[in-house]
Amino acid sequence: MLQEIKVLFQKELQMEWRQKYAVHGLLLYLASTIFVCYLSFKAKQESINPITWNVLFWIILLFIAINAIGKSFTQESSQRGLFYYTLVRPESVIYSKILYNSVLMIGISLVGIFMYSWVMGNPVGNMSLYVIALILGSIGFASTLSLVGGIAAQAENTSTLMAVLSFPIIIPLLLFLLKLSKSALDGISIAENWDEIAVLASLDVIVVVLSGILFPYIWRH
Amino acid sequence: METLKKYYWKWAGIVLLVYTMYMGFAGQVPRQAILNETVRNLYFHVTMWFSMIALLGVSVYHSIQYLRKSDPMDDLKSNAYVITGLVFATLGLLTGSIWAKFTWGDWWTNDPKLNSVAIGMLIYLAYGLVRSSLPDEQQKARISSVYNIFAFIIFMVLIWILPRMTDSLHPGNGGNPGFNSMDLDNRMRMVFYPAILGWMSLGFWYAQLRIRIRKIEVLLEEKEQA
Repeated sequence: MLQEIKVLFQKELQMEWRQKYAVHGLLLYLASTIFVCYLSFKAKQESINPITWNVLFWIILLFIAINAIGKSFTQESSQRGLFYYTLVRPESVIYSKILYNSVLMIGISLVGIFMYSWVMGNPVGNMSLYVIALILGSIGFASTLSLVGGIAAQAENTSTLMAVLSFPIIIPLLLFLLKLSKSALDGISIAENWDEIAVLASLDVIVVVLSGILFPYIWRH
Repeated sequence: METLKKYYWKWAGIVLLVYTMYMGFAGQVPRQAILNETVRNLYFHVTMWFSMIALLGVSVYHSIQYLRKSDPMDDLKSNAYVITGLVFATLGLLTGSIWAKFTWGDWWTNDPKLNSVAIGMLIYLAYGLVRSSLPDEQQKARISSVYNIFAFIIFMVLIWILPRMTDSLHPGNGGNPGFNSMDLDNRMRMVFYPAILGWMSLGFWYAQLRIRIRKIEVLLEEKEQA
């Protein structure tokens, strides 16, 4: 199974590499959203409240994640899905998607925080804790949205369904993330935030395991 | 006798609810500042959430059964329990809103539990949307079962873990004392626990009626097609 995951993961990377427009599109999306935020908050009002700064960044990431991951099942044709079905286990398909989407989201969030700090300033007190929050958040977004993407791809109005299904389900994760990143903003040390990190990490694990258990049922038809 | 045996839990439910109603409106309750008489709402508000969680839990059980055996009856049951759970959630919100108005001063307060429940309602309304947007019966049953299991677990995280980590006006959260320590004296317990059972049995009764109606509808549809 690990072998299958590895092969599928490489396939995802190669596909992305060959059609660079998808990643370019996401980066451009990120850059333009951040710049719109800059124009509407910082340039007009001269300053931004640190809490707003934090929430705004997570909302940008959430929307990019929904866009990036929502297409991960629709971009492949159903014939190809059938082809995979004959070759590999469904668990491998979802785990490779989660792995790939996590890597993608971690990359995007790191590029994002760099661009965001560049134009919007950086009030974060404890940057390493903030990066931990970003990584845990990226994994959580990727795993939740991969499963929801699989569900939404079954119906016809995929994009609406993707948004409606994922928003309420992602809120618990988002609330924990806001809490942890608020601590990072205030410069509280990692040692004092073990509880929150542990809760977030276990939420990520729960979602990944659940996706592995449930995905085969979505895929079988 | 036969009917009495078969429906004993329904009779028990009726008796318990009559008892709850009587004790709830006419029974003795402890006098406390701010709460005053509104503490009676304990029997009508808190019990709704117990019933809702039980109903949603049974619904998840049927969803798991559906995924294991692909029996359309399981999907029908799971859906009926979700709808009943939503009815109880709505009642819980309404009774809670009244309680909040008279103790905390507003119909809707910014409280993690309230917000969590509002999110929970959104999750389950999305469940309804998934069901209506998939035309194929089997696909609809499978996908909505998967979503139901996933949503329930996320919802449990939302209502059990999150409010304990933030400040809340509710008892037992954010440093507020729980009901058990001081508010809930033995007189109230004698009504509160039976009330939970009574409302739960009403919930299951309601869900079973829904299931039976749906079964008849399915039969009629099949007959029409034949």
